[in-house]
Amino acid sequence: MVPISIKVNGKVRKGHVEPRMLLVHFLREQLNLTGAHVGCDTSQCGACTVLIDGRSAKSCTVFAVQADGSEVVTIEGLANGEQLHPLQEGFWEEHGLQCGYCTPGMIMSAVNLLNDNPKPSEQQIREGLSGNFCRCTGYQHIVNAIQYAAQKGGR
Amino acid sequence: MATSSPMLPKLVGQRVKRREDPRLIQGRATYVDDVKLPLLQHLAFKRSDIAHGRIVSVDTSAAEKMEGVEAVFTGKQIAEILKPLPIGTPFPSPDHHAVAIDMVRYAGEPVAVVVAADRYIARDAADAIVVNYDPLPAVVDAEQAMQGKPTVIHEKFANNIALGPIPSGTGASPDGKSLDDSAVEKAFTDAEVIVSQRMYNHRLVPNAMEPRGVVAHFEPGRKHLTIWSSTQNPHILKSMISGMLGLGEDQVRAIAPEVGGGFGAKINIYPEEYVCAAVSKRLGIPIKWIEERSEAFVATTHGRDILCYIDVAARRDGKVLGIKMRLIADIGAYNMLLTAAIPTLTMLMANATYDIPAIRTTLTEVFTNKTPTDAYRGAGRPEATFFVERAFDMLARELKMDPAEVRRKNFIPKNKFPYQTQMGAVYDSGDYETALDAALKAADWNNLLKERDELRKQGKLAGVGLAMYVEVCGIGPSATLPTGGWEHAQVTVERDGRISASTGASPHGQGNETTFAQMLADQFGVPLEHVTIHHGDTAVVKQGIGTFGSRSQAVGGAALHMAGNKVRTKMAQFAAALLEAAPEDITFEGGKIMVKGAPAKAKSFAEVAAFAYIPVPLPAGMEPGLSGDAYFEPSNNTYPFGCHIVLLEVDRETGEPTLRRVVAVDDAGNLINPLIVEGQIHGGLAQGIGQAMIEEAVYSEDGQLLTGSFMDYALPRATDFPRFEMHSTCTPTPVNPLGAKGVGEAGTLGSTPAVVCAAVDALSEFGVKHIDMMLRPEKLWKFIQGGAA
Repeated sequence: MVPISIKVNGKVRKGHVEPRMLLVHFLREQLNLTGAHVGCDTSQCGACTVLIDGRSAKSCTVFAVQADGSEVVTIEGLANGEQLHPLQEGFWEEHGLQCGYCTPGMIMSAVNLLNDNPKPSEQQIREGLSGNFCRCTGYQHIVNAIQYAAQKGGR
Repeated sequence: MATSSPMLPKLVGQRVKRREDPRLIQGRATYVDDVKLPLLQHLAFKRSDIAHGRIVSVDTSAAEKMEGVEAVFTGKQIAEILKPLPIGTPFPSPDHHAVAIDMVRYAGEPVAVVVAADRYIARDAADAIVVNYDPLPAVVDAEQAMQGKPTVIHEKFANNIALGPIPSGTGASPDGKSLDDSAVEKAFTDAEVIVSQRMYNHRLVPNAMEPRGVVAHFEPGRKHLTIWSSTQNPHILKSMISGMLGLGEDQVRAIAPEVGGGFGAKINIYPEEYVCAAVSKRLGIPIKWIEERSEAFVATTHGRDILCYIDVAARRDGKVLGIKMRLIADIGAYNMLLTAAIPTLTMLMANATYDIPAIRTTLTEVFTNKTPTDAYRGAGRPEATFFVERAFDMLARELKMDPAEVRRKNFIPKNKFPYQTQMGAVYDSGDYETALDAALKAADWNNLLKERDELRKQGKLAGVGLAMYVEVCGIGPSATLPTGGWEHAQVTVERDGRISASTGASPHGQGNETTFAQMLADQFGVPLEHVTIHHGDTAVVKQGIGTFGSRSQAVGGAALHMAGNKVRTKMAQFAAALLEAAPEDITFEGGKIMVKGAPAKAKSFAEVAAFAYIPVPLPAGMEPGLSGDAYFEPSNNTYPFGCHIVLLEVDRETGEPTLRRVVAVDDAGNLINPLIVEGQIHGGLAQGIGQAMIEEAVYSEDGQLLTGSFMDYALPRATDFPRFEMHSTCTPTPVNPLGAKGVGEAGTLGSTPAVVCAAVDALSEFGVKHIDMMLRPEKLWKFIQGGAA
């Protein structure tokens, strides 16, 4: 067991983990942050996406020990209290989700996308989502949701 | 009118934002893997890595010795606590053990089970189990399998034939016992042109983003099992599990928590669900199993995989005289819950949108050494649509007719509904020509053809494709489903005037918490926020069937409407007593209950609710309380329809196809929430286009799924689609009081043939008449290189 300390959603969290424990399992099982989902085992689907030190990362592809000392933001930490993040608001307004399983990862990827490019074209949005699968929506309403957030200047 | 309260806007028909979303966009939802119980142990399966063979030995000793391992079960040991698996169709079926005992018949079939303290240890222990096999040849091609070569998978099923050939259509009696081919033969004798083609509607992997998962908790002290499962139908799960575990239905509670998509693949009651329940009962501890994606690829049922030899007889003016379809369905290694029934829907829908005098279909279902098939979005109807629409397109090309005109020439006219098809269906309502015209107008058809020709002049390979569809939805009358085909709902006006309702239509992304609340808010004249819809828990929702076959609105919504009416009627009686008026003069509006024409005579909704629970004095002949339930048994299925049009380009150098436009006109009857409907159609289009263009389950000759992960199976990404152009027509159904037909699967029907028709059109200069999906660039490139001839 290895001791780790990760700042998660603004609060320092300490834990003891097996070196092989994935970050997503540390978040979900030790911290009870179950917003990040596991949708595949080959790093394609992006349902587990979180921010590590401000950049989107697939938390199924990072060992918890690798995140030691870093700052992680998960979907649970995105809203400011009851005030939704513009992307959360966009996904709600534009019906950017159906079953909701891909949604946390999709939103966290979109945070990174808008950080890098606050006014993306539709094509840039679609390309920016290439690491995230959605099986329900056909992506059109997700694109709309991100455009909504971009228009609100939301990141 | 001074005292009248503000009217609440009518919500049915409005684009209301979903009430499910706040929890889902904040990571606050509870999917099955989020369920935690004290002393929970994790279960993992050891699965066969060969497609066909005899199990010589299963050595579990290393696994048993591992720290943290609670128990290990071989197939033989599981068989001591679990009978062979039941199926949901009346057809003959081979024994199927949840965990294989002496034979494995597809790669991925469970061969042993491990229970351990956490999922990592469980996986390690499963990997430590050593299975020795005596491999047998595998068969992955249905036509080969039908020859009994190179292997027979189930002893009692000669030549691997699971079912058939069963004939259906013109001159075939419903029981299949008498057959008169004369009308069909005459159609082909009279034909001036016959189009024939072998078409393959290939195998797909459903891939809901949430893999399956189960938490089973048997409490020995109570003799009671609670099972959480990522399922589309918790009530069916409850019935099946209780039957298999020797428990009464009163001793099992099934919960579908938040479910991350299903697409038909979560209808089946799976070996893993039975095993978790049986193991929890045996060990007396809670058990969790969460499917890994690579596991899901082989362990969750696949879809489609139907081969068709189609012949269309027609006159030179485009009038179709008859159709013959010989269908061969590759159902994989075993029958699952609805496996055998799915391809029968392909037969049922062979009439498509056309008034065809004579049709003969025959269906043979064949075992192969592949993952079993079952429902996948569309489930039999996309296959029928694909075969018929592609054949109509070939006919148009043969006759040099506009593809839209060939369709128009053959439509069932709108004054012939209800329409008895050759296949035994009675189409409820339809107006196909209006849908076609709407699509032609939306696509600006003549200009679209000009645009295509313009692109061709520039040397590009451009094509236009069009397809009509009609599907069977709102499934269905109880005669068509072994589970019963009704749906159940319960409505309670609480003491404080809020409304709790429950539905047996268990959603997994469809937004029923929103649409059903819209309906009740309108029915009772209360704000949407005052309504809560419960679902998915058999302890809360007393009865139900589930969500599949695009039935939740058309059947579940109708049940809710009926239950709401019952309670509303009773509430009106309480209000009438309070207001000293006749019940028939009572209206519900803006959170008030009032006397028609005398708005001053009103009580708030909450006041009447409170009176119903403390009824002093109790009005004569009444019971206290405000709750009621209803079962809706539809008299027929519903038959939504539409028309999809596609513009596509193929790169002359690489063969890569690119979609330029997708125009969809869909008619699902009355819509409760057009925003949600749009989302449903988008998703369907994406899956239909995905099948046509990039998705394909590919097996090696020895039965290995080569596309067994997202690295190999092309799940569509955002860049794979243009913006969908959405339009609709509205032809309500007379089958239910809402006039709603169902829309969950519609998008997968027209889009697939439309894309392929466009690709054939794009490559027509090379003499291409048909292309089997998917549209792999290499395949198209070969046509461009002259491979068509």
